[in-house]
Amino acid sequence: MTRVPPEHPIIAQIPHLRRYARALIGDRVLADDLVQDCLERAWSRFHLWREGSNLRTWLFTIMHNLHANAVRNATRRPATVPVDAPGVIAPTRPAQEDGLEVASIDAALTQLPPDQRQVILLVGLEGMSYQEAAASLGVPIGTVMSRLHRGRERLRQLLAAAGSPTLRRVK
Amino acid sequence: MIHRPVSDGELHAFVDGELEAVRRADVEAWLADNPEAAARVTFYRQLNEALHRRYDHVLSEPVPPAMLHPSRRRLPATMGRAALAASLLVASFVGGWFANQALRAPQIVERVVQVPVPMTAQAAMAHAIYAAEVRHPVEVGADEEAHLMRWLSNRMGREVKAPHLQTLGYRLMGGRLLPAADGGAACQFMYENASGTRVTLFIRNADADQKETAFHFKVESNGVSVFYWIDRHFGYALSANLPREELLRLARAIYDQLSL
Repeated sequence: MTRVPPEHPIIAQIPHLRRYARALIGDRVLADDLVQDCLERAWSRFHLWREGSNLRTWLFTIMHNLHANAVRNATRRPATVPVDAPGVIAPTRPAQEDGLEVASIDAALTQLPPDQRQVILLVGLEGMSYQEAAASLGVPIGTVMSRLHRGRERLRQLLAAAGSPTLRRVK
Repeated sequence: MIHRPVSDGELHAFVDGELEAVRRADVEAWLADNPEAAARVTFYRQLNEALHRRYDHVLSEPVPPAMLHPSRRRLPATMGRAALAASLLVASFVGGWFANQALRAPQIVERVVQVPVPMTAQAAMAHAIYAAEVRHPVEVGADEEAHLMRWLSNRMGREVKAPHLQTLGYRLMGGRLLPAADGGAACQFMYENASGTRVTLFIRNADADQKETAFHFKVESNGVSVFYWIDRHFGYALSANLPREELLRLARAIYDQLSL
């Protein structure tokens, strides 16, 4: 069995790829499938990665390309019903009394176009700089900033429209 | 106080730590007088925090083993799950061993690519460790060359030869046995030139379906340069802290000798 050595630099990125994919897609199984596909591509093309360049943005670029393909294909393929889908449907975290209700975040995120969801998650969850987010999406920084603004404002409206009581409702 | 107007973009940059320190003070002062904008900033911050609360637990989930096996490819996602579901159903009737096989079955479908990464990384690491050794750079010295070759060939399961590089100014110092990333045996030969520069040749068995490759060059993260290639039964990685051209010259000489 070919197992990757534990010190391989890609390994440290796997949890981040998984967290991002989970937030982007919602469904646990589909998200891990995306990560798996991304890693297979990454392992086989690692020799193409330039030493010293940003490994994280390289990996996220691969994932974005695969995700874009999957989104395109999904429109042509009948929907699949995941075996276990804790992601979007059932909130798994306890309700928070302070700040924003996490279950509402899930629901609101799914209402955003993917390109806005991506930048919100890359910057807000993965802590990427605007430059890194732009590189991993292959778009100019200005595009990242405008998507970020539109996406966050849309979320604010969605959550505000729901109103404070609804905001904390357990779905 | 009069400030340059704060743009929407700057509010986000303020939240995301992308704003230069000078301007940050401006924005803070401006927010104090603009409750509507301040509320937006608060929301953006809460949003980021909520995302972390919601998704950070994924970071501590154990990584599925399949993600660490680059050469094993599963079926396309949807098909794979259907097959897995079907096999689980069957497996629940036939028990342990079969369950094990059935669970594995959809995973090992085709071998897509051989990844040279572990080899170069391993070669570069072994180089860094042993080339720096003063007293014990090799396990068996070149004075026992015949024994060294017999021993390593036995452990590798195939005849191994150490190329001779004297004409290029490098003498064989000896070699050692190393573990390969796949659990098998690998070996390393070490050479030295008159000025004490050391070069190591790492050899491991190539997988059966591995194709011959051209020379590839890579600088590993520890700064060691590696040329690697696959020729018939073996994968080779030549490591040194040498300029690319000089290392390539050696790699070519080795390739020519070993492919005779």
